[in-house]
Parts: sequence; structure tokens; C-alpha cells
Amino acid sequence: MLRAFEAGIAIGIIAPLIGMFLVVRRYSLMADTLAHVSFAGVAVGLFLQINPIISAIILSVLAAFGIESLQNGRKIFGESVLALFLSGSLAVAVVIISLAKGFNANLFSYLFGSISTVSTSDLWVTLVLAITVFLAIVLLFKELFFTSFDAELAQANGLPVKVLNIAIVVLAAVSVALSIRIVGVLLIGALMVIPVISAMQLGKGFRTTMIFAVAFSLCSVIIGLFASYYFNLASGGAIVLVALCIFLISLVFSKRS
Amino acid sequence: MTEKTEKPDIKLDNVSFSYQSESPVLENLTFSVNKGDYLGIIGPNGGGKTTLIKIILGLLRPTNGTIELFGKDSYDFKEKYRIGYVPQRVTQADKSFPATVFEVVRSGRIAKRGFLNRFTKDDIEAVEKAMDLTGVARYRNTLVGNLSGGERQRVFIARALTSNPEVLILDEPTVGVDIGAQKTFYEFLNSLNRDHHLTIIFISHDVETISREAKTVLCLNHELVCHGFPGDIVNEHLLEHLYGDHLRSEPINHQHHHHA
Repeated sequence: MLRAFEAGIAIGIIAPLIGMFLVVRRYSLMADTLAHVSFAGVAVGLFLQINPIISAIILSVLAAFGIESLQNGRKIFGESVLALFLSGSLAVAVVIISLAKGFNANLFSYLFGSISTVSTSDLWVTLVLAITVFLAIVLLFKELFFTSFDAELAQANGLPVKVLNIAIVVLAAVSVALSIRIVGVLLIGALMVIPVISAMQLGKGFRTTMIFAVAFSLCSVIIGLFASYYFNLASGGAIVLVALCIFLISLVFSKRS
Repeated sequence: MTEKTEKPDIKLDNVSFSYQSESPVLENLTFSVNKGDYLGIIGPNGGGKTTLIKIILGLLRPTNGTIELFGKDSYDFKEKYRIGYVPQRVTQADKSFPATVFEVVRSGRIAKRGFLNRFTKDDIEAVEKAMDLTGVARYRNTLVGNLSGGERQRVFIARALTSNPEVLILDEPTVGVDIGAQKTFYEFLNSLNRDHHLTIIFISHDVETISREAKTVLCLNHELVCHGFPGDIVNEHLLEHLYGDHLRSEPINHQHHHHA
């Protein structure tokens, strides 16, 4: 429980930080896409008997590069790139599962999140990478903000916009792959997006919105994990339900016209 | 006056641009913009005005020809903060983006501050000064999405001014701004040019505005149609040439060269 709690707090901080940049770029589906790619990565990891978090990270980072280059190439229309990767990676996962019958129960825990399966090595991988993602966002904050706000102006000011775009999707890929243990493939997108749109209801600036998003996310993770432990619920579902409650409350206090 | 010996702020030499194999958007443009100039660019839609701006800003690379910015080849030009840019779309910007006026104006200091460095007291002072000058200081904590088109325009000018640029480039600055605000806006631009010695380049499809406001006019329809004082060149013949039946000008005296 303590390990899940520590990993959960790390994820609760980085998920909305990344989610903020995805939401304002109208790229919310990216989180779900990367989650499905991570799921394929987990299946590959279990099949090859290596640490599934590592294989999930590798596969989703590769997919992040693939998505960015396909979108820059403009051969595929807009968000359909995401649909391609989302269903494609699910297909990969399903085929691997049917090839190797036997780890279905284990895989199920990755779909909806589970707190009892967090190992010590999982925790270390999660903490180290979460701190890396956090530091990257803090260091690149003003550049990432400006590129998200107006990519062309940012480029005219000499910012390496393409590199920053790749940085965002790679950071998203790492964060998603780390999070699926606790929150689950099907629900990580929600943890990245719901606290952010709740915070946006308050009508504050970028930084303040981000701080509120992290606060909402941490509340969701902490309350959700307690509920999951004491009532024996799937942790991902419990966390996202709390996030949804916060969103409903934020609608009541919404300052957006 | 030292202006004669000084290098022009912007100098284009035989610049052409085309997207892949399509017909050229810009052909053989040669002109200079001198320090303190107040240049209006007119021309029909699709005549290459915005493309020209993007080439000057380094957002697009010319297919042919060279561009010098402050005497330096544009490929080697790194001091991006010396040119301020206000794109056209700012008046219709994404209304849901959570950013305050202060945050947007401060982003103008990024080019000066450099990668990974944090904003300093100097940056904040420059931001305050630009917000005072453009009259947006009282909106500092308002979300840009909640401002009117004219107010947002001023925020983006403040943003461009924070880096103390020597040249300010504006693309269709008064589209989406109401008539009353347009008048004050052009008075403000004029004072930036007159009192702050800022070189200004602005695009407009509105010939009347350009001939009233700009000191010099550049007419663009894929090629340079004319470049000079508005009183000398803006006449009915020009307007017909730019906007009339012959949307694309034909250089008559060159016609037979290709076949020769």
C-alpha cells in the first residue's frame, strides 16, 4: 500500500503537468493513444519476460516519435494519426495475449490499475522517471508555454518548436507508461485531462491553472487510493471517479463565460 | 543625418519563393526597408503579402535570392528580439487558452532571455513598461481570451515591444478591430514610429488606410509592382493593376525572351 501510495503521488503530480500541455494544444486523445501503446508494451514485456514498465516506456516513446513525424509529414489527416496508433497497438496487444495464454490475469491489472502489484523496482523506476519528467517541465516551462500558446510566434522568436513538440510527446509517453500500473490503461487519459479541465473552469492564468490541476489530481489520487484500499476497489476507477466529482464541483464554481 | 551610410534594417535581393513545384508566390523581389521607415504593404489576397513577412521573419526560406537583416545574412541572424512580430490571427485567438495578459506579454522576452534561463527583474520591468505604453496594464490578470479584438491586438503589440525591437511587423493589424479603436490604434503606431524611432512594416488590403498612414508603400502581386511614396504611386491605374481583371501582372517587355 505504501509503495502504491508513493508511486501514486509521483504520478498524481506529473500526469496533470503533461496533461495541461496536451489539453491546451487540443491533443487530449494523445494520452489515451499512448496508454494503448503502453499496453502493447506491457504485453510485449510479459511475453519476453522483461520488466513490463520498461518495455511499455520504450514502445510508447517510439510511438511518440512516430506520431510526431507522421503529423509533421501531413500525409495523414489531423487526429486520425492518433486513432491509427490507438487501435493498432491494441491489436498488437490482443494478438500477443492470444499467442501466450497464461498472463491474462496479470495483464488485466494493467487495464484498470492495481495497487497490490506495485513492486519495489516498479516504485524506483517510477520515482526516478517522474522526477526527471518534473524537472524537464520546470526547466522548459516558459518555452513549452509559448510553443503551446502560439507555435509560429515562438518559431519567429527563434525557439526550436519541433524539438519542443517532440519533447512534450516523449514526456507524455514516459508519464503514461509509468502511470498505467496504478491508474490503468483505460483511465490514465482521464487523470491527465480531467484535473486540467477542472482547473481551467476557475478562469486563472496558465501557471495558476497548472498548480490547481496538480492539487486536484493529488486529491483524486490520495482519496482514490484510500477508497481502493479500504473498500477493495480498482484503484484507477476510484481515482478517476474522485477526479470527476472535483470536475462537477468546479463546474458549479466556473468563471468561464 | 547618418541614415545614408547606415545599413538598411531589411534588404531583399532578388528573392523568390514557391511551395514545391507550384507557381511562384514571390518573384524576384528586390527592395530595402531603412531605419525609421513606416512601410505599408498592399496587394490582393493571395498576392504573397503574408509569405513575404514569413520569409523576412525566417519562418520560410526563400527558394532564391538573399535577405539581409541589419546587415547580416538572414541565415546567420540570431538576434530575433530585434524584430517584433504581431500576426494577423491574434484578434481571433483561441478563446479558451488559459493565459493572462501578463503571461502573454512576458513571453515576448523569451528571445532575449535565451533558452532555459529564468525571467529576471529586467524582464519584468520591460513587461511593465510595454503594458503601460500600450495601455493594457489594467488587464494584467485578465485572460487574453476574455478581451475584445482591439484589446488583444494591443496585448500582442505589448508582447512584441518587450524585447525593445528596432523593427515592428504587423499583419493586417486592424482586422476584427472596431472603427473607433482603429483610429486610436493607428495614432499609436504613428507615435511609435515618430517618438520611439521604430521601423514599422504593416500589411493591409485596405488601400485607403495604407495611403493615409504609411510613409512609403510597397505594392505586391507576386512581383514588386511599385515601391514609393503613397502620393506618387497610389492612383487608379495602380488599383486596377492590383485588384482589377489582370490579377497577375504580366511583364510585357520580357514576353519574348523565353522563346528567343
